[in-house]
Amino acid sequence: MKFSEQWLREWVSPALATQALADQITMAGLEVDAIEPVASVFEGVVVAEVVAKAPHPDADKLSVCQVDDGSGEPVPVVCGAPNVAEGQRVPFARVGGVLPGDFKIKKARLRGVESRGMICSASELGLAEETSEGILVLPAGAPVGEDFRAFLGLDDHTIEVDLTPNRGDCLSVKGMAREVGVLNRLAVEGPSIAPVTPAHDETFPLRVDDAEGCPRYLGRLIKGVDVTAETPLWMVERLRRSGIRAIDPVVDVTNYVMLELGQPLHAFDRANLQGAVVVRQARQGERLVLLDGQEITLSGGTLVIADERGPLAIAGIMGGEHSGVNAGTRDIFLESAHFSPLAVAGQARAYGLHTDASHRFERGVDPTLAREAAERATALLLAITGGEAGPLVEVVDTDRLPGEREVLLRRARLDQALGKELPVGDVGEILERLGMAVAAGEEGWRVRVPSWRFDVAIEEDLIEEVARIHGYNRLPVRRPQARLGLRPDHEARTPLARLRRQLVARGYFEAVTYSFVAPELQAALLPEAVSPTLANPISSDLSVMRASLFPGLVRALQHNLNRQQTRVRLFETGLVFRGELEALSQVPMLGALVCGAREPEGWSGGKDSVDFFDLKGDLESLLAMGGEPEAWRFEPGEHAALHPGQCARLLYRGEEAGWIGTLHPAVRAQLGLKVDALLFEVRLDALTHGKVPAFRPLSRYPEVRRDLAFLVDADQPVQALLDTLRAQAGEWLVEARLFDVYQGKGVPEGRKSVALGLTWQHPSRTLNDEEINQLVDAIVEESRLHLGAELRA
Amino acid sequence: MDHLPTLVAEARDAIHAADDMAALDELRVRYLGKKGEITALLKGLGKLPAEERPAAGERINQAKQALAEELDERRQTLEKAALEARLAAERLDVTLPGRGQPSGGLHPVTRTLERIEGLFTRIGYDVAVGPEIEDDYHNFEALNIPAHHPARGMADTFYFDATRLLRTHTSPVQVRTMKEAEPPIRIVCPGRVYRSDSDLTHTPMFHQVEGLLVDEDVSFADLKGTIEDFLHAFFERDDLSVRFRPSYFPFTEPSAEVDIQCVMCNGDGCRVCSHSGWLEVMGCGMVHPEVFRHSGIDTERYQGFAFGMGAERLAMLRYGVNDLRLFFDNDLRFLKQFA
Repeated sequence: MKFSEQWLREWVSPALATQALADQITMAGLEVDAIEPVASVFEGVVVAEVVAKAPHPDADKLSVCQVDDGSGEPVPVVCGAPNVAEGQRVPFARVGGVLPGDFKIKKARLRGVESRGMICSASELGLAEETSEGILVLPAGAPVGEDFRAFLGLDDHTIEVDLTPNRGDCLSVKGMAREVGVLNRLAVEGPSIAPVTPAHDETFPLRVDDAEGCPRYLGRLIKGVDVTAETPLWMVERLRRSGIRAIDPVVDVTNYVMLELGQPLHAFDRANLQGAVVVRQARQGERLVLLDGQEITLSGGTLVIADERGPLAIAGIMGGEHSGVNAGTRDIFLESAHFSPLAVAGQARAYGLHTDASHRFERGVDPTLAREAAERATALLLAITGGEAGPLVEVVDTDRLPGEREVLLRRARLDQALGKELPVGDVGEILERLGMAVAAGEEGWRVRVPSWRFDVAIEEDLIEEVARIHGYNRLPVRRPQARLGLRPDHEARTPLARLRRQLVARGYFEAVTYSFVAPELQAALLPEAVSPTLANPISSDLSVMRASLFPGLVRALQHNLNRQQTRVRLFETGLVFRGELEALSQVPMLGALVCGAREPEGWSGGKDSVDFFDLKGDLESLLAMGGEPEAWRFEPGEHAALHPGQCARLLYRGEEAGWIGTLHPAVRAQLGLKVDALLFEVRLDALTHGKVPAFRPLSRYPEVRRDLAFLVDADQPVQALLDTLRAQAGEWLVEARLFDVYQGKGVPEGRKSVALGLTWQHPSRTLNDEEINQLVDAIVEESRLHLGAELRA
Repeated sequence: MDHLPTLVAEARDAIHAADDMAALDELRVRYLGKKGEITALLKGLGKLPAEERPAAGERINQAKQALAEELDERRQTLEKAALEARLAAERLDVTLPGRGQPSGGLHPVTRTLERIEGLFTRIGYDVAVGPEIEDDYHNFEALNIPAHHPARGMADTFYFDATRLLRTHTSPVQVRTMKEAEPPIRIVCPGRVYRSDSDLTHTPMFHQVEGLLVDEDVSFADLKGTIEDFLHAFFERDDLSVRFRPSYFPFTEPSAEVDIQCVMCNGDGCRVCSHSGWLEVMGCGMVHPEVFRHSGIDTERYQGFAFGMGAERLAMLRYGVNDLRLFFDNDLRFLKQFA
């Protein structure tokens, strides 16, 4: 909401400078967003009269004017504007004056004729956005010689307030003035508005079929208006300072009254109304061409103003083109109605519209305002366009008008809520200043809410009003009291913060990527993934919910590779989204990506590229944090994003919990990546799951170690050998350490040598060679039988 | 006997000339060994007349003693030199960087969230989280934002269909918590939130932390105290001015925006604070009774306050980051600055 400070001060003018006034309004909860001067800096411009005009001897499009600027002698000025005429009052920049843009006015000769000054257009003075067609013509009574800034009151500011949705009552100069009056304990006075005496008794038939949506509708015929009349400069200026462009006198007056009082109005061209004006619900599929030219199809439930032929306007939102006022309009039908917030709310947005009217009606317009606004608009219109007003016809359903609300504010509740006892008198006085009728009683205050305060309905609303006017910053400060009860702490759970730090300690940086990704990227990495798609994405690049952390990590990798960052170690935690909306899982995951050298470039090795086992080692360090690494297993797996020979499915207690592998070379090529990248992701719930340590006594008896080297098929996973071995090694096996895997010279083609160090220890006695030999024999035999493993000599 | 002084002088010279332990050992044997020259002199004492023996014996012993000391001293000198030579040879350039994986770092948003969580959990708040794809009810209805409420326009929402959406704030977590738990409730809810807005100062995803406290006799004064303490602690400045400005959120009443004195210019006015000297950092208010009703909490017995802030905004102010979008580029040159 933008308004002119001068305009506000006509209603109420506290002894505060502009900034102080803005600060006061802001601190009352009506946040001032901007304060702008209404005119650029210029000087040396006065009101002058064109006393004579003659054609320029040597230029067709120029004229030579004699201008009386009040200094006594007429000043010769060469003017190029087509509309300059003898007898006009005009803004005149004297020699020595400076126009906006630091444009200095100097004596000049134009095609041989002396010119001492310049007659200005509105745009030259910075009073209009677009280039003006001619000079600005001032009212006939403008006092010659008066400084133009003073004449137009240009030392004014546009104040822009960012109103919260609850304060629809402040969407007018009247409403802002009311608030400023409350804050400064000043009386507020607007222009006196008297009913216009009808000059004829013709009315237009009017019917309201939906009194719920439109409990009050006033209409009036104004006949014989001249829409080509000029809107007075003062009104054009006020509109401009409120951010509204002047269009024609009818539109300007309706806008002006809306800004002034807060009541949106609409004018129809009588010539295009047929039969009767009816306020009703639209019928599904009815069509309407709006004022802005777009044709819409109405849906049932939309309140419209219609005539016999069909809809004329969407109630409280926008008029139709066909029934609108134009330059040829002679008779108008003026509408001033109360549409209920519920009837308008959501409708504008449903049609992709947002208008000054819908903005106000959605928030609630004072239901008592319609008549006053109609009279005000009529009087202004008659003064500008001439014409004759008919009687103001009102259709009202008082039962359906917003009722008068009475709210009880309990003393105890107020004191409790604010943590302070405000003096009884102060509370009553604040409420009364706000326009409430207050009856103080034993329990508190019985408050009748004024018609314009749609936001006040319950006790808390009053508490807020009292706090707001009293001043939030004058209320006490206290710290909440609480009982110091301990809460459970699950030691078996590994906090996410610890997992993050583990990766940080291993050289990873944490990434935060968008939860929505490009569908193409997701499809490249996870062709079979199903995840929800946004109905209204910000761009197609960010339109599908990630089903994995891989797309985001790969995007982050690309970003870094494109910026010469070749060694990348990233991890991310967050939700991934799997399945259709109906069967959606939102799964917290932890994922990581590595690429480039094992260590940063340095003097001491580490220049090799990271490989699968680097990443696996990092992952295993996380898996170990729960204290039960044996709950996790890796098995060869297939994942569309990962190299089929370098990909493992991760199982937690037998259930799939994640993936690790090298980015598939084909996918890599598709994504335009020139280097290998390795990734993993794991379900966080499994990662954070763990156990509380359980102590086992330390054995005082010696360990027995046996090293065994097996030959197995080269593609035989070592895990199988370890499993077999553990199954046979008896309960006193304390460690099975894999210390060598070898293929090459001395090992037959297609086989590999796997060397294991097995350690046994008994808690309460020394193990003897014989029993160990038996165990070893069983291991060897079982490995041979099931895995074709042979013991190397 | 007469040549003793000569012998000693000779031995001394030899000891001083010895430049390794082997040479020194050889000299010990040569002079003081069982068959050594000094030993031989001692053995020859018997050939002297009895009255000369004590004096001669003493002289020889003194010489022996002196040579033994010389040998010892020389040994120590040589050992010391050897050690020094070894140490010199083993000298490392200790200014070379260490080997291995240097550590990485947390994202500045996580760093910020963890700090905020820490401040609140230390005084008895719990951390609560919830789903990011939410329904209309939890994101709006239950927070007193019915369909078509103008406040829905305050946050541009990403929708999947008519009722499912990406949460626009972490407030749904408050609703879910209040439905499950009995007061007293003290939680902070950190997490990702989404709004369909993208320009210099908005990203379609960002992080919020919201806090909620529900108990008996909770007042606006408690809210003010909590917020002030938090902001002083977060910025580590007890003198930071904090002001509460009336505002509107459908789920709180009274509601306030919280401004702090600009941390960039200390309130003098700068580009960051649009020359106002104040920075808007969070929103807060007393829980609206309608929200309590949706959550089944007795509004006569309990009151509560809630507050919410943007993690990126606080991180920007705390660390001086000047571009919001940097948080989601994951540029290592950016991330490394918070390691």
